[in-house]
Amino acid sequence: MTITYYLALSVILFALGAVGVLVRRNAIVIFMSLELMFNAANLVFVAYAAYYQLINSQLFVFFVMTVAAAEVAVGLALMVAIFRTKHSIDVDQMSALKG
Amino acid sequence: MSDTQLAWVVWAVLLPLGGIVVNLVVGRRLGEKGIGAVASLAAGGSFVLSGLLALALLQHPEGGIYRLATWFNLGSLTVDWSFRVDTLSVTMMLVVSGVGTLIHIYSIGYMHADVRHNGDPQRFRRFFIYLNLFVAAMLLLVSANNFLVLFVGWEGVGLCSYLLIGFWFEKGEGGLGNARAAKKAFIVNRVGDFGLLIAIFLMIGAFGTLDFDGVFAQAAQAAPALLVAITLFMLLGVTGKSAQLPLFVWLPDAMAGPTPVSALIHAATMVTAGVYLVARSQALFLPVPQAQAAVTWVGGLTALFAATIALGQYDIKKVLAYSTISQLGFMVAAVGMGAAVAGIFHLVTHAFFKALLFLAAGSVILGLEHGHEHAGEGHDPFDPQDMRQMGGLRKRMPLTFAVYLVGALALAGVAPLAGFFSKDEILVAASERFPVVFGLLLAAAFLTAFYMGRQLILVFFGEPRSKAAHHAGESRPLVTMPLVVLAVFSALGGALNLPGLHSLEHWLEHSLVGVKEGHFVWAVALGSLAVALLGLGLAWLVYGRRAPTEQDALARPLGPLYRAFERKWWVDEFYRLVLLRPLGWLAQVLAGPVDLGLINSLGDGLGQGSQLSANWLRKLQNGLVRSYALVVMVGVVAMFAYLLWVR
Repeated sequence: MTITYYLALSVILFALGAVGVLVRRNAIVIFMSLELMFNAANLVFVAYAAYYQLINSQLFVFFVMTVAAAEVAVGLALMVAIFRTKHSIDVDQMSALKG
Repeated sequence: MSDTQLAWVVWAVLLPLGGIVVNLVVGRRLGEKGIGAVASLAAGGSFVLSGLLALALLQHPEGGIYRLATWFNLGSLTVDWSFRVDTLSVTMMLVVSGVGTLIHIYSIGYMHADVRHNGDPQRFRRFFIYLNLFVAAMLLLVSANNFLVLFVGWEGVGLCSYLLIGFWFEKGEGGLGNARAAKKAFIVNRVGDFGLLIAIFLMIGAFGTLDFDGVFAQAAQAAPALLVAITLFMLLGVTGKSAQLPLFVWLPDAMAGPTPVSALIHAATMVTAGVYLVARSQALFLPVPQAQAAVTWVGGLTALFAATIALGQYDIKKVLAYSTISQLGFMVAAVGMGAAVAGIFHLVTHAFFKALLFLAAGSVILGLEHGHEHAGEGHDPFDPQDMRQMGGLRKRMPLTFAVYLVGALALAGVAPLAGFFSKDEILVAASERFPVVFGLLLAAAFLTAFYMGRQLILVFFGEPRSKAAHHAGESRPLVTMPLVVLAVFSALGGALNLPGLHSLEHWLEHSLVGVKEGHFVWAVALGSLAVALLGLGLAWLVYGRRAPTEQDALARPLGPLYRAFERKWWVDEFYRLVLLRPLGWLAQVLAGPVDLGLINSLGDGLGQGSQLSANWLRKLQNGLVRSYALVVMVGVVAMFAYLLWVR
């Protein structure tokens, strides 16, 4: 199997995630789309790690996973807080700081 | 001379400043007597120190230089706070501090009455602070060892002149007259100072130093064109400070100041700074005859021009003011033609008799104000300086009359009073070098005698022409005592440089360059004496025989010419038309279309432009998170596209 397939899959996943971020209004779904983009990147990392027989890029995958987990923790907490005040997690309604 | 002796010169400059500090800090508690005593003692202390310096110079006539500190280093130019002790500077210091001390003492009495007459006794202290500041600045001017320190003193005396002319700044014509006179003096002087500054810059550029010795040593090898430029710019400064044509217009207006100020600053000392400057810089003038001729002609023309105006004035102080301009013309002509000793000699004697005349005029004014109040007309408008309101004061103010007579005869040049000898020396020098200027000066001398005769007759002879003059009384001893001292000096001042002895000349030749042996010419001496007596006699014929009327006795025979004298040859009007009007118009244009129109709209446009662009840009901040995400995405794609394909 050549690396091309992995890369193609990764591109498809990343594009799906990006489109999800741009078109969906539910904050939870946007988070999931973000995770999709992270994991598309992770897929590229491990693909190249296998291809070049390198350990560094595998390490990066762990970093991305850790940071993503932390980010989700913060993000979900924010969502809970916002939901308590606005009773909605529609991102289009989060525009109180608009200039 | 030892360094200790040289250091006295610094103390002489600092003492009046000490007087200022004392009066500023504790003056309020001292009372008028205390304030006057502190200020007079400060000035008197400077006089004593100057006297000690003169005594030291008798042993070591070559003098010396005292370097106090370095002022600044700028590239190769070094300027020090250094003081020069030589016969010329010490002569000037003696005159400044000596006459200054007498005027301080006189002012205690005069200002006591003046602050009450003008209704603000609190200003007594301020007057003496200004007066001490003036003495300090003037001493700095004459004792400086380089042109920049001289310039500091030069500006300092100008500042004091401004402050003291505007001493009653809320008084005068329309409540603005005095303030306007002060401004005029300051601004006209600024034109002259500009000339002196340019001369200083030229000297820095050409000689790389401002020390007198350094500049004068290089003057002999300098290009004549350069020296002409330096000296002519210096001449502009001289015409400003010493009230010569064409910048003399400020001095008559400066009479708005209290009379002691007119005596000290605008007659005896400050206005002679220009004469001192030319005398000091003889080494720059001697190699260029063109510049010498320019200075001489300016002096000669001013002497005659101002003397004609003095004929047509009715204000007792204005006559003396134009007389001062005229006499300054004599001095400037003298130093211009290289007869620096004669110029300094006349400067000294003039300081005596002109200070005397002004102070005596102040005594007359006090007497009239006193008489005016005594006559019970306290609130009527009354000008105590108008000679048409005077007359017959000879019997009412005998002491003032006696000293005024001495001063007037000395000014007119009647032998053997001081003015005769000093004026004669100038005339002799002029007759040998500049025959036409000699004619001008002789005519000016005749007019001097004539207008002083006219003034004497109008003020002191005949019958009183107003109730105030009728009730006038002699002034207090504090006022008349300095007058007597000055009268003695005015009478005997000629002994400084008697023909045959030439003691002043031998004293000054240690510090002046190019001193020529002065001599006495009987023809010139007798001629000038005859001219003086003729002027006085003619004045008696014209004014003395019948009671003066509202119209001057000369107005009819001279016709339009007299009108020109009276209107001061329309010089003020001419300047207003040629300079002030166009400049005012230019200012209007700059303020209206240029400033309000162009520059203001430029600033407004910038503001409006940024506001417009901000209004447009804020639309991007729409508050939709997803649109921000899109922008980020497009940005990232654009960056990658750039990195991939363009680079």
